[in-house]
Amino acid sequence: MALFDYSIKEIESKLERKDVSASDLVDESFQRIKEVDDKVQAFLTLNEQEARTQAKELDDTGYTGKEKLFGIPVGIKDNIAIKGMPLTCGSQFLRNFDDPLYNATVIEKLNAQKAITVGKLNMDEFAMGSSNENSSFKPTYNPWNTDYVPGGSSGGSAAAVAAGEVLFALGSDTGGSIRQPASFCGVVGMKPTYGRVSRFGLTAFASSLDQIGPITQTVEDSARVLEVIAGQDRMDATSADRNVPAYSEQLTGDVKGLKIAVPKEYLGEGISSEVKEAVTNALHVYESLGATWEEVSLPHSKYAVAAYYLLSSSEASASLARFDGVRFGVRAENTTDMIDMFKKSRSEGFGEEVKRRIIFGTFALSSGQYDAYFKKAQQVRTLIKQDFDTIFADYDVIIGPTAPVPAFKIGEKIADPATMYASDMLTTPVNLAGIPAISVPCGFSNDGLPIGLQIIGKHFDETNVLRAAHAYEQATDHHTKRPNLGGEA
Amino acid sequence: MVALTKEEVKRIAHIARLAITDKEAEKFAKELDTMVGYAQQLAELDTDGVEPTTYVLDMKNVMRQDEPKTWSSREAALTNAPDKQDGQFRVPSILE
Repeated sequence: MALFDYSIKEIESKLERKDVSASDLVDESFQRIKEVDDKVQAFLTLNEQEARTQAKELDDTGYTGKEKLFGIPVGIKDNIAIKGMPLTCGSQFLRNFDDPLYNATVIEKLNAQKAITVGKLNMDEFAMGSSNENSSFKPTYNPWNTDYVPGGSSGGSAAAVAAGEVLFALGSDTGGSIRQPASFCGVVGMKPTYGRVSRFGLTAFASSLDQIGPITQTVEDSARVLEVIAGQDRMDATSADRNVPAYSEQLTGDVKGLKIAVPKEYLGEGISSEVKEAVTNALHVYESLGATWEEVSLPHSKYAVAAYYLLSSSEASASLARFDGVRFGVRAENTTDMIDMFKKSRSEGFGEEVKRRIIFGTFALSSGQYDAYFKKAQQVRTLIKQDFDTIFADYDVIIGPTAPVPAFKIGEKIADPATMYASDMLTTPVNLAGIPAISVPCGFSNDGLPIGLQIIGKHFDETNVLRAAHAYEQATDHHTKRPNLGGEA
Repeated sequence: MVALTKEEVKRIAHIARLAITDKEAEKFAKELDTMVGYAQQLAELDTDGVEPTTYVLDMKNVMRQDEPKTWSSREAALTNAPDKQDGQFRVPSILE
C-alpha cells in the first residue's frame, strides 16, 4: 500500500508514532510526480525546493499534534494565488505572471495548518471548460486511461489526487468544475455552499457562482480540509458569517431515517444506462443503511444550462476586463493607441473558448438584449432556487449522478460545444442555487472508468452532505480502487 | 430570433475590447447564433413578477471600518508590469 493510499488521519498517526516524517511525505509526492506526471500532465508548476525546505523545517520542529494538515502535500489549481509562484489560470495571457504578490485566504489557512504546497495544477483556461482541453499549455490526461479526459475545469486537481501525486488538492467550481472532474477521476470533490469559503485570491470567473473546494481520496479527508478552509473572511465581503462545524467529527456512518429525494430529471434523457445503474445501486445501499428515498421533480432543471451560460458568461465578460495588458500579463507589440493595445493584448492572450464566452456575455448585457437574456436568466435562477427550496422542505439531501456519462475520449466532444455543455446539466443548478454538493465514486463503467454519485444539500448544510457521502463510502469499496499507471505505488 | 451578423459580432467584440479577424467574426457569428438560439428556450417560461436573483445569500451591504492599510510597496506592485517608468505603469498615448 502506497503512503498516499492512507487517509490524512491515518498519516497523522504515523507522524505521531514517527513512522513517517514530513520529508517522507514530500519525497513520496515528488517521486510519484517523476514517475507518472509525464503521462498525466497534471502539474503546471512545481515547488520542489521550497516544499523540501518547509518539510525539513517541520521535521526539525517535530509533530505537535496541533495542526490539522501537518506535512500533508497539496496541489493547488492554478487560479488560486500563492505569493512567489506563477499564477497562469491556464492562459497564455498570464504566461509571464510569475508572482501575484499575495496569498489567497485559503492558502493562508492551509499554511497555518502546515500543509505543504508541491505545485500548481493544470486547468481549462480561466476555468472555462469541462475537459482540460482548453488549457493553453497542455492537456491533462485521465489517470484511469490516458486516452480519456480528466474532466474540467479542475482536471489537473482531480487527476493529481487520483494518480497519487498529492494527498489532496484545491479546485474551484463555477458550474461543476470540482464535481465533474472528481467524478471522471474517481475521487471525492466537494463544492461548498456559496459564501462558505473565502474567494479572496481566486481569479474570478463568475463571482456569483464561483466557490473553492477540496478534492480528496476520501470523504473524511474532504471534511477535514473543508473545516480548515471554510469561514468568514474580511477580504471577501460575500463570505458568510456562519460558524464552521467540525465536519470530520460528525461522520457517524449513521444515515438511519435520512430522507433522500431523487429528481426524475437527473435520471432521465441523456443519462447513460451505466450511470443510471450505478446510481440505482447506490440508492439500494442507502436503503440497506436505513435511509429512505422517493422520486421528486425539479421542473426547471432543463433551463439551468441556458441560464448558467448566460449568467456565467455575462459575469465573465466583466471579470476578465482586468486583463488589459497594463499592470500584469502580456502586452501586444506594435499597437497604435491605448484601445488598440487592449484589443491586441487580449486577443493574443485569450484562447478561443474564452473569447467566445466574453462575446456571448457582452451580447447578453448589451443594451436591447439585457432584459431578454441577462435579466431573464436571473429570474430563471430564482425559479431554479425555488425548486430546491420546495424539495428541501421535505427532504434532507438530493441524490443523482454527477455527470450523465463517464469520462469521454480526448478530442471526442470538443468539436461540438453543445454536447460539452450538456454535460453541465446535472451540476449547474447547484451553483445557481448556491447550495453545497459532493461527488463520491459509485462504480465503474464497462470500460473501467469511474462514475460519480452527486449528493446535494441545503444552504450551509455541508454536515448532512458529508455524512451521507461518508456512510455510502464506508459501505462500499469504490474509493479504495486506484488507477494503474505503473511506477511503484 | 436575433440573427447575429458578422458586423454585429465585430461591434460586440469591439465593446469587449477584442480584436477579431473577418474569418473569426464569421465563425463566432455562427456559433453565437446557436448559443443565443439555445438561450431563447428561457422565453418559454413565464417570469412575470419573478424577482431576479443576483446573489443567492440573503446578505446586503456588508460593512467594515474604513481604515487605511499598507499593501505591497510600489516597487512590488510594478514587478509584473509589461512597461513602467518613474514608478508608474506606462501605457500608449491616449491623446492624439
